[in-house]
Amino acid sequence: MGGFEIIEMKGTERLKRGFAKMVKGGVIMDVTNAEQARIAEEAGAVAVMALERVPADIRKVGGVARMADPGKIQEIMDVVTIPVMAKIRIGHYAEAYALEALGVDMIDESEVLTPADPYFHVDKRKFNVPFVCGARNLGEAVRRVWEGAAMIRTKGEAGTGNIIEAVRHVHLVNENIKLLQRLTDDQIYSVSKKFAEPYLKLARQIREISGLLADVLENEPVYEDYTYREIVEGLYKVLLEVKKLGRLPVVNFAAGGVATPADAALMMGMGMDGVFVGSGIFKSSQPEKMAKAIVEAVNHWDEPDIIADISRDLGEPMRGLEIEKLQVRLEERGV
Amino acid sequence: MVRVGVIGLQGDVNEHIEATRKALENLGVAGEVVWLRKPEQLEGISAIIIPGGESTTISQLIVKTGLLKPVKRLGEEGLPIMGTCAGLIMLSKEVIGATPEQRFLELLDVRVNRNAYGRQVDSFEAPIKLAFSDDSFPGVFIRAPRIVELLSERVKPIAWLGDRVVGVEQDNLIGLEFHPELTDDMGVHEYFLKKIL
Repeated sequence: MGGFEIIEMKGTERLKRGFAKMVKGGVIMDVTNAEQARIAEEAGAVAVMALERVPADIRKVGGVARMADPGKIQEIMDVVTIPVMAKIRIGHYAEAYALEALGVDMIDESEVLTPADPYFHVDKRKFNVPFVCGARNLGEAVRRVWEGAAMIRTKGEAGTGNIIEAVRHVHLVNENIKLLQRLTDDQIYSVSKKFAEPYLKLARQIREISGLLADVLENEPVYEDYTYREIVEGLYKVLLEVKKLGRLPVVNFAAGGVATPADAALMMGMGMDGVFVGSGIFKSSQPEKMAKAIVEAVNHWDEPDIIADISRDLGEPMRGLEIEKLQVRLEERGV
Repeated sequence: MVRVGVIGLQGDVNEHIEATRKALENLGVAGEVVWLRKPEQLEGISAIIIPGGESTTISQLIVKTGLLKPVKRLGEEGLPIMGTCAGLIMLSKEVIGATPEQRFLELLDVRVNRNAYGRQVDSFEAPIKLAFSDDSFPGVFIRAPRIVELLSERVKPIAWLGDRVVGVEQDNLIGLEFHPELTDDMGVHEYFLKKIL
């Protein structure tokens, strides 16, 4: 058949954002070994996040949390047919390239691990593998999208089983989008300038160290090869798209505190495209049942009778933590 | 008025709803597109689309919601059904690489291999050739299944990547490895919708 010459393109924005679209309406579950990965797959997870420890245990153990052992990730990749994601420390290019080489399907540049770079996130446009990043508000979300994230998730407060921070982050993004839709393009341009400020931190600091005024020139590269002006323009473009769509231009999941089917339904009702469940499944007393129930809750979030039914007799959910009593707030990492 | 249902259990449902709306408009046909989640919604349906997503999840939910049997029966009775990527897997008679718990509609006489192209880093875009168009079509392959064998004379190739078959048609059914709903070209959706007109 007279077909066209095969010219394949890989790692395009369409493929990266498209991958995230394929997990919409689904649940992505944290797993720490092959057995848990199979339980997640059988329960209907759309993907698994391969970790050495779930966030609740990262909190407990303390110390520096890093990318998981590639052997461990490989073990999980070998046993399931669904996509496998894995986390890197914020700004850690070497971990990101290693996971890309390993062949994970998506990288989570995550505040749950100890940040590697105090100034910057990874420039995700340099990779063929898609990235998901956490965000507490519209500024963080838009910066991550501009850096090439194919998917955004709320940061919530991981490892707590407490939904309040995820709810806060959804409100902060949703209401800011509504505000944006009431602004003129000129006003949105000044929002972009404000949103670009975190990229100036390093440039300002070296000026200060050198005894110079902290003013950074607009045409001076401040992040990778991007000048402040280019960053402002880039964020402005993303913001205009957000204004037009009335939502983020990439898939947006809830994460950080989802512990029950009702939590998942709450997040879907607030407009999320799906949920990540970290410690909530394998820290509950009946992981198989909990996993299946959360998958169904995401599917039937707007049918209270079904939510009531699947929430029955699930045993103990994860114990959970109060935010005020936490010693470490993971959500504050990486702005 | 036609009524097209996109099976909305998991995956890129919205993208198919939007693409179908545009295609209906291009064809000048009045119709509604519904997000299909329950068997009751199958009443008076003119065509069904099964979107991309994770076939393990869609399989579990299509059984749980009670959609599997009635959709299979409608397909056997000649209702137009199109499946893209995971949707193709759901339509297929034989699936290599399925998990033990997966169930399928088993309507389309093809053998497919799940995730045969590899992992996400192997996902690609490439122009493909369609049987019903002289222009190339943007093929978007995301962790795509591969059609490895046509199992009967009833199945006809309708899309090629180079000389390999990447899309088929069997009377009322269409199965595609790729995602037309992620492109701005509504040609494939229009071709499918002509089956109900």
